[in-house]
Amino acid sequence: MSILDSKIPAGHISDKWTDHKNHLKLVAPNNRPKIDVIVVGTGLAGASAAASFGEMGYNVKAFCFQDSPRRAHSIAAQGGINAAKNYQNDGDSVYRLFYDTIKGGDYRAREANVHRLAEVSGNIIDQCVAQGVPFAREYGGLLDNRSFGGTQVQRTFYAAGQTGQQLLLGAYSALSRQIGLGRVKMYHRHEMLDLVTVDGKARGIIARNLVTGELERHAAHAVIIASGGYGNVYFLSTNAMGSNVSAAWKVHKRGALFSNPCFVQIHPTCVPVHGTNQAKLTLMSESLRNSGRIWVPMKKEDAEAIREGRLKPTQIAEEDRDYFLERRYPAFGNLVPRDVASRAAKERCDAGYGIEANDTNEGVYLDFATEIKSKGRQAAFAQGDHNPSEEKIISMGKKWIEEKYGNLFQMYEKITDDNPYETPMKIYPAVHYTMGGVWVDYNLQSTIKGCFVAGEANFSDHGANRLGASALMQGLSDGYFVLPYTVSDYLADEIRTGKISTDTPEFEAAENEVKNSIEKFMSNKGTKSVDFFHKRLGLIMWNKVGMGRNEQGLKEAIEEIGTLRDEFYQDVFVPGDSNEMNPELEKAMRVADLIELGQLMAVDALNRNESCGGHFREEYQDAEGETLRDDENFKYVAAWEYKGMDAKNSVLHKEDLNYEFIKIAARNYK
Amino acid sequence: MASKFININLKIWRQKNANAKGSLESYKLDKVSTDSSFLEMLDQLNEQLINDQKESIAFDHDCREGICGMCSLYINGRAHGPDTGTTTCQLHMRKFNDGDTIYVEPWRSRAFPIIKDLVVDRSAFDRIQQAGGFVSVNTSGRTMDANAIPIPKADADKAFEAAACIGCGACVATCKNGSAMLFVGAKVSQYALLPQGKVEAKERVVNMVRQMDEEGFGNCTNTGACEIECPKGISLENIARMNREFLFAAAKG
Repeated sequence: MSILDSKIPAGHISDKWTDHKNHLKLVAPNNRPKIDVIVVGTGLAGASAAASFGEMGYNVKAFCFQDSPRRAHSIAAQGGINAAKNYQNDGDSVYRLFYDTIKGGDYRAREANVHRLAEVSGNIIDQCVAQGVPFAREYGGLLDNRSFGGTQVQRTFYAAGQTGQQLLLGAYSALSRQIGLGRVKMYHRHEMLDLVTVDGKARGIIARNLVTGELERHAAHAVIIASGGYGNVYFLSTNAMGSNVSAAWKVHKRGALFSNPCFVQIHPTCVPVHGTNQAKLTLMSESLRNSGRIWVPMKKEDAEAIREGRLKPTQIAEEDRDYFLERRYPAFGNLVPRDVASRAAKERCDAGYGIEANDTNEGVYLDFATEIKSKGRQAAFAQGDHNPSEEKIISMGKKWIEEKYGNLFQMYEKITDDNPYETPMKIYPAVHYTMGGVWVDYNLQSTIKGCFVAGEANFSDHGANRLGASALMQGLSDGYFVLPYTVSDYLADEIRTGKISTDTPEFEAAENEVKNSIEKFMSNKGTKSVDFFHKRLGLIMWNKVGMGRNEQGLKEAIEEIGTLRDEFYQDVFVPGDSNEMNPELEKAMRVADLIELGQLMAVDALNRNESCGGHFREEYQDAEGETLRDDENFKYVAAWEYKGMDAKNSVLHKEDLNYEFIKIAARNYK
Repeated sequence: MASKFININLKIWRQKNANAKGSLESYKLDKVSTDSSFLEMLDQLNEQLINDQKESIAFDHDCREGICGMCSLYINGRAHGPDTGTTTCQLHMRKFNDGDTIYVEPWRSRAFPIIKDLVVDRSAFDRIQQAGGFVSVNTSGRTMDANAIPIPKADADKAFEAAACIGCGACVATCKNGSAMLFVGAKVSQYALLPQGKVEAKERVVNMVRQMDEEGFGNCTNTGACEIECPKGISLENIARMNREFLFAAAKG
């Protein structure tokens, strides 16, 4: 019997959450002020959770490493948020959203969690509108929708190309309200460096004040980790520079299992790499695939001429273009899921059709010319001009594009110095989101009692591949609509606990451990920067634990990362002092955890002898290059137990996945 | 895009902490790709400093996509540098020439005290938001259906344009009075334009303006510098709207 109890309630899939909620314990309003709750991270999941718990009357302490909770990286989400509202009357329903998400995740997510997500999706939109989130609207005054990958309906709500910003500012406003009312105490520029457990229960954290360098002890009756994903293990990713795994990893080191670390989303549409001093990659929203068509030249000599600057993409005739997604996946076309689109782009570039003039020739076109013409004509007709000139069509089409995607087009131009209204965008896949994370049960509780994990930091809802516009949905669902119920159920048994002291051996020991690790870095007589090691880690990860993985490469990666870890501790140089603001020290602490995680990702990928979603093992593919799952042997969640910094010693536990309501099948987007 | 490399000189503000005296230090940096962003150039300089066993330069940054609002910097006397409609992280080195000397300073404003080097404390913005920058609905999700109140597209679009503010503080830093009127005006406008925000519009504008004054921001004298330097193109119209809202609230008592 596995040690993992997912606590999925019995009953029909559409009744589980309601029944479960009806039987969870409650904490009476007069008892809530006696209970402390810590929330680490202030993105969509963290901010919405902190605001909700503050509002319910608990004492909340919220932490973020940025200078303000509003900076959390949810802010950078672009395209939109899904909800099964069926406002467009195109056949959407809770079941469809549930089904699309399970299928999109290549049958490696939990049915019950995903159904709950679909159930509350509509409430999220209601909530955000009530908070004053300015979603895009139609001329009739009602909310507009668009499509995202892996679906055949229009269920995505959006605010231009900055939906994450608007949703996060909504959650931030709710959080700000609670801070103003004194129900939430906000600790900005603070980083969680350890979890404190007492008698097996999470009882607080050790945090470092990033301005003064002081270590602080904070106690609570429950700790919620909402610290985001770990894409920065690749060094280059679309994550923010500060995004890190440390809060989640500390919890893992204290006993929480870490699930499916090898499930990483490589997003198809990002601005290609330009050079060795590059620090991060920029996403071009998936929403652009509503309007853009992805192609490479049909002829290798044309691709070569483009790379050498002898030909421009606009000079390639229509019949000489290979719209490879439309060709391979006619039913979904450019809107196939991200993992499918990314692999298809890689396949074309590996075959020699890439158009970017960098070391690897990795790049494909995302072209808006067709959409500009069609939307321009529509706009002209709407104005009563039924015989518009070509010029007018193009000009009105560009205006339409600007309204939908203006900020993205501007961002692209700033980065590349190319005008995407005139010439197609050049794009290539980049690391974007991590489906893996801390293992949690149906209540979002980790294997440590009282330690809950939400948003991208947990593993639960997206299986082996997340569909576009579902991360925002999950973050807000966890924070607003799941944790308030499930954490309260846990806290119902804590009303007699009383104030938790930080003056205990457990806090003392945890603080000393953190202090020692800081001192080790500060006194190290190394010669190389943290970034030097981080970049090396990133290269190993991208080349061997990236879009295509194989047994030999993974075995090499495991050894290379082990060596890198030793060299890092021997030779890293951290300037400055520990009792002041020290960005290099912050980075060193984060990269130490990323190295350990990176090795576990390779171990997990090596263990999973199948291809599913974003995890593509080259040994397991069909004749057409599609993923070959092995449901007989791998229809489980891999949950790893920490056994020291060498991940080769980590112990695997399995949670079997049962599909009672969806018939498990080969994923097909053709 | 044809990338090339340039050599530059830098004069950068160094300050150990809030209480220490700061000064401009000179640095020379070679082989900077014109495709690099300004912050990637600073990364390169920091790498060089660390390799020389020297302390790196502290600067705020996070998303590097121009949306989180964490990066700042006064570059050659302009907030977010010589380009318009951009944050420092989206400013690229192709805007500079070989041999240039570039001055890099922190935001300069009484309400944004320096923490270290180029890092300033902008928590005054958070406190203004906490004073009233929200709609007082609870987080139950049991509100009315999202489509229950139609909102004219023009109003929704204007509210969105105001809400696009990233809270970076360039408006304050660039204003000769250190005024936060553009930041506050944008937030007040977003809610004032939407039916959901109208309910408590009066209290909101009064509370936010009170907090803004308490934080030590200066007054607005309509120079319009904030609008020019705003990376997100937030319009002065928002200040006018806030003034109208404030007058209306004050007149109604």
